[in-house]
Amino acid sequence: MSRAADLERAAGRHERGRLLTGNAAAAWGASLADVDYIPAFPITPQTEIIETLAEWVADGDIAARFVTLDSEHSMLSAAGAAAAAGARVFTATSSQGLLYGFEMLYAIAGWRVPLVLVNVSRALASPITLEADHNDILAARDSGFLQLHAETCQEVLDSVLMAYRLAEDARVMLPALVNLDGFTLSFTREPVVVPEAAAAAEFLPPYEPNHAAIRGDRPMAQGPAVLSGLAYSYFRYQQQLAQLNALEVHEEIAAEFAARFGRRYGLVEPFELDDAEYVLVMSNAFATKGKEAVERLRSRGLRAGLLRLRVLRPFPAAAIADALEGRMAVAVIDQNLAPGLGGITYQEVAAALYDRPRRPPLLSVIGGLGGKDISDVEFDAVFHDLRRAAAGESVRSPRLLFTQAEQERMQTLLRIAGKGAKP
Amino acid sequence: MSAPVTAEVAAIKNLKQIAREEFILPGTAVCGGCGGLEGLRLAAKVLGSKTVYINAAGCFTLLAVYPYSPFKGSWLYTTMGGAAAAAQGVRDALDVLMARGKLPVEDDVQVVVVAGDGSTYDMAMAANSGAIFRGLDFWYFCYDNESYGNTGVQMSSATPYGARTTTTPVGSAARAGTEHGKKDLFEIWRAHQPAYLATVSPRYPVDLTNKFLKAKGLRGPKLFIAHASCPTGWLFEPKRSAEVAKLAVQTGIFALKECVGGAVTHTHIPRRRKPVEEYLRGQGRYAHLFEPTRNDAALRLIQEQVDRYWEAAAKAGAASS
Repeated sequence: MSRAADLERAAGRHERGRLLTGNAAAAWGASLADVDYIPAFPITPQTEIIETLAEWVADGDIAARFVTLDSEHSMLSAAGAAAAAGARVFTATSSQGLLYGFEMLYAIAGWRVPLVLVNVSRALASPITLEADHNDILAARDSGFLQLHAETCQEVLDSVLMAYRLAEDARVMLPALVNLDGFTLSFTREPVVVPEAAAAAEFLPPYEPNHAAIRGDRPMAQGPAVLSGLAYSYFRYQQQLAQLNALEVHEEIAAEFAARFGRRYGLVEPFELDDAEYVLVMSNAFATKGKEAVERLRSRGLRAGLLRLRVLRPFPAAAIADALEGRMAVAVIDQNLAPGLGGITYQEVAAALYDRPRRPPLLSVIGGLGGKDISDVEFDAVFHDLRRAAAGESVRSPRLLFTQAEQERMQTLLRIAGKGAKP
Repeated sequence: MSAPVTAEVAAIKNLKQIAREEFILPGTAVCGGCGGLEGLRLAAKVLGSKTVYINAAGCFTLLAVYPYSPFKGSWLYTTMGGAAAAAQGVRDALDVLMARGKLPVEDDVQVVVVAGDGSTYDMAMAANSGAIFRGLDFWYFCYDNESYGNTGVQMSSATPYGARTTTTPVGSAARAGTEHGKKDLFEIWRAHQPAYLATVSPRYPVDLTNKFLKAKGLRGPKLFIAHASCPTGWLFEPKRSAEVAKLAVQTGIFALKECVGGAVTHTHIPRRRKPVEEYLRGQGRYAHLFEPTRNDAALRLIQEQVDRYWEAAAKAGAASS
């Protein structure tokens, strides 16, 4: 839809929001950030973002320059270099694309230039597939990029705006990844309140490249070799300190965002946690399923709750430990798998809790790989495990979610492929 | 995309007309006798100080080692495969910032990729193709020392037939060393129809300077393949670098040429080409072609390739005196 038509349809409906896909919400975020430059490369399920922005640029609705590159490595090279030249840059990718450009993530973070990269999560090959899990975005967890993970289409838009403020803050100066799940958010329409451009501009003023720019009157060497552990360690430690600064800066920005727009985003989001005894830890769109399960179990009298991880880098260890300490039992549901280890965020949550005296039994659950559903019966099983763990019983962890019905359907596929047991 | 932006600059006729001001200062970590750096030093005299050098991983990454840079212009080290894409980002950023009134036009800079042959001929082939295809207004300076020099002289697709490298060693089963012929990057780039394309040699500074002057008047990709005589990789005394570079041209192994609007012009035609042996003999990377026994077949092949090249050039009528 053209932007003019979209705006017209939305007229008078700002209170409740308009129906936007997660991808469209990301494009709106870039538009409201008044970005200068959008280097692009298509990949499912991200492509709608760049298609939308290409159309707005073609229609003259936004002043950004849009260029299609020849790969994600080139796209991220162009994005990082444009940020190093002093432009506000937006780009987006997904899955294989993020991995194809992976070298550049570390390079850009080391350049200490701010840009926002939206990743639309999609499980990694092999086998190749299209729907979401988080092995792509979590592979980038050590890259130096900040990471904001969105649960809803509204949060996608809001997080893009917040990510620019965070990335461009003089105390941070790091690039940011905003993650949304492929299909479950990217192609799903939800009501989204799109801020007025003037209000967005007040929240996010134009970028002033005081740290790094490429200009004829100010020659500057960026990204030079160091060739010593001395200088290398110094600059790496600077990234760590900047990431830690971002914890505090995020809270400032979140408070300002809430005051302006009425929507409050923390480093983590507590859901029904006040009196909760049995707690799930989840992230991204499937957290909505977890919240539904919590409500269902509460209606049965179980004191269930959920902690949603929103800011993954910097890792808000203290906020997580504060939220989980003293519970009867906690299960971290990872929509990712580090083969040979288990769930990725489980390890990090466990580390956050380690030095707390009242740390709860902590279970690891793997589910939702490649977009596979997590059904009611599976949530029920997780809560069953939590009660057993709280009672001191031994519980298998990590638990790999796969229902009996799914196992039967898989057997059918295996038989068709000639690999299963003969009927 | 490749329309002239200014009238063609008058060509210079002799060395004295080359600017005396230096834009790359001495004292860097690259090897003594590096022909590539001499070429870039001469190029920089035309490019001036309002430049940003976008570097791909290679020997020249050692030019700017924190906290020093020899350049009067700016520098951005990128990766091995993405320098031209980074050049796209910088050029686009400067253009949009000027268009939006965020950057004064007088603070614009020229964007110059500096990359070796390992990056240019191999890893960055696609990114370079993309940048040229998009008509990016930039300079590309490939210092071609015919190997992955910075990692200790391994074979690249720019390594010529018969040269020994550390990954194409000479043995009883591999008498020639490198068995592949050098990739014809000039023709690959020519097929992209860039605004300007040329080969340059540090030993032909007037020719080099005139090519950069001519390209300066053109908007679009301005691509240079610079013969980079390499004492460390080719195994000769650093003081002989200029001589080796000159012999490459005199034997016809390295052809000085340019391409504007698709037509190739040879800017220097060695009238009486010296035998290729004169170039090969002085370099340790070719020593196995002479000792302990002479490899006549390999030497003949190299000579014939050169002869065929110049016959074809003469036939195509591309040569001009």
